[in-house]
Amino acid sequence: MSEITVPGVAPKGPIGKAVFWARANLFNSWLNTIITLVIIYGVVRLVPPVIQWAFLDSVWSAPDNSVCRAALGACWAFIGVWYRFILFGRFPYDEQWRPLLVCFIFIALLLMSCDRRFWNSWLMLIWVAGTAVIATLMWGGVLGMTFVETDLWNGLPLTLILAVFGLGFAFPLAILLALGRRSHMPAIRALSVGYIEFIRGVPLITVLFMASVMLPLFLPTGTTINKLLRAEVAFILFSAAYLAEVVRGGLQAVPKGQFEAADALGLSYRQKMQKIVLPQALTIAIPPLVNTFIGAFKDTSLVIVIGLFDLLNTANAALNDPAWRGYYVEAYVMISIIYFVFCFFMSRYSQHLEMSFNKGKRR
Amino acid sequence: MAQSNAAPAADTGAPMIELRNVHKWYGEFHVLKDINFQVGKGERVVVCGPSGSGKSTMIRCINRLEEHQKGQILVNGTELTADVRNVEAIRREVGMVFQQFNLFPHLTVLENLTLAPIWVRKTPRKEAEEQAMEYLRRVRIPDQALKYPGQLSGGQQQRVAIARSLCMKPQVMLFDEPTSALDPEMIKEVLDVMIELAQEGMTMICVTHEMGFARTVADNMVFMDRGEIVEVGPPTEFFANPKSERTRTFLGQILAH
Ligand SMILES: Nc1ncnc2c1ncn2[C@@H]1O[C@H](COP(=O)(O)OP(=O)(O)OP(=O)(O)O)[C@@H](O)[C@H]1O
Ligand SMILES: [Mg+2]
Repeated sequence: MSEITVPGVAPKGPIGKAVFWARANLFNSWLNTIITLVIIYGVVRLVPPVIQWAFLDSVWSAPDNSVCRAALGACWAFIGVWYRFILFGRFPYDEQWRPLLVCFIFIALLLMSCDRRFWNSWLMLIWVAGTAVIATLMWGGVLGMTFVETDLWNGLPLTLILAVFGLGFAFPLAILLALGRRSHMPAIRALSVGYIEFIRGVPLITVLFMASVMLPLFLPTGTTINKLLRAEVAFILFSAAYLAEVVRGGLQAVPKGQFEAADALGLSYRQKMQKIVLPQALTIAIPPLVNTFIGAFKDTSLVIVIGLFDLLNTANAALNDPAWRGYYVEAYVMISIIYFVFCFFMSRYSQHLEMSFNKGKRR
Repeated sequence: MAQSNAAPAADTGAPMIELRNVHKWYGEFHVLKDINFQVGKGERVVVCGPSGSGKSTMIRCINRLEEHQKGQILVNGTELTADVRNVEAIRREVGMVFQQFNLFPHLTVLENLTLAPIWVRKTPRKEAEEQAMEYLRRVRIPDQALKYPGQLSGGQQQRVAIARSLCMKPQVMLFDEPTSALDPEMIKEVLDVMIELAQEGMTMICVTHEMGFARTVADNMVFMDRGEIVEVGPPTEFFANPKSERTRTFLGQILAH
């Protein structure tokens, strides 16, 4: 927000300064004044009832839901009883430290990957190692951990597995598709265009549905492909098409002179793309890329159509319990907070990244 | 045709660059019409002509930023073909400086200079950096090595671009109007660098309308109009008594202001 200075008035003290600021920014025109008043009215009408519901009239803990039924406010006791099921679903109760640890490993890996100082070939190795640990923890069957089949991988770890590996593989595929779409070789170009347009033309739900219903029809009877793997592949193929178009947008924004300068220096196609074009194209494309990432992250919840229990679906399952039926708002508030934390982090990180890439490059 | 007359550095061996009956079309439009043209080793050629006459197109054909459709282009005895290997090999030996500099904005000046030597020539990083600093000293901006191109003035950027090409140790340098995007006060600093380069015996083809520069360094002037080479000759003759009417009109126009 830009501050407008009004000449001739020198604000004194914190209150004076606040009044001065409000006058300069909130009430500096009749339109702004109306907008400010409408917003103040809205806040006054909305905030107290929400506080009343969420904090004052709410039930924080209860042995069963009779207390909640009597109360007027939120039933946070529902979350208290069900949070482990919502987070980890049907994963064996006594072993739920395993998916919990997996979530922390994911977060640690992601945070590490965010730091540009770690952007080297070691990071790749760390991810491979991390993936091995995650797989071991989830499956078990060794080191005294009981074997847990993928149908029981529910809740947050499932969402993270789908999103992180999904986008992790979709992104390089998207870059290849985007380059393919701009290739001079007609066959490669046609293939990329056909793929991207086909995938963009159908909803994710149908891709998931086809992957689970249609695919087995084509395979010899008896062969099954793991449901989670099918969802993951469908998700990768789907996200790649969208990301490819975003990357292509970035590629188009790189001036022609950059390609020519790289060519004139004798760089090979690969070197030109890797060292000159992609770094610039991807930097330009950060905002829409993150937009697509966030959208895709939330789309993971569509795996319900093939019967996988991600975070949203475990919450739905909890809501179906006869004893605790009907606490939708409480459950969705919890889910929303979890989704929000991840998405908000992505959004902030993209801003940080953009700034650090542009630092020093402008006069 | 264009054999060197004055410069001691020029030898009369096989031509460094040779264009034989080169034609190019953009769709229906005939941009280059039967271009025949040779540049000897160590020779400096200045190309001029009205806007749209095909000067850029011609020199961009020499490192195949543009493709010709008929005729032959030979660089140091090797013919340019569609083969990627062949094109890359020729581009390694031919440096190019653009009107818009085309520095890589996401890399520092030093990284701009060392990128191609390290990745294309496989020079060890340390050696590439030392060499880059050497060239930065020659274009008189060693103190800007760690800045980004966006932080430099136009004249400085163009000198970095020249140094970047030189770091590949090219046998020929192509310049496409290197000073026409610059503010007048920066033109001289770039031309001085180019004159120095010419004096060291670099083979150069330079598209420019800086006639003072042309008189100082050119062994030969080439005048193009409507896709044809209209006239070729040493600058003394070219400026004093141009043979073609078209050349006379053009010179009259650009020398007038
Ligand atoms: N990619 C292209 N497609 C179609 N026509 C083109 C293309 N590039 C250039 N031309 C045309 O070819 C002709 C020659 O262009 P060129 O850039 O070689 O001229 P020039 O002599 O360098 O002119 P200037 O002094 O303005 O740089 C012009 O008429 C131009 O419009
Ligand atoms: Mg031109």
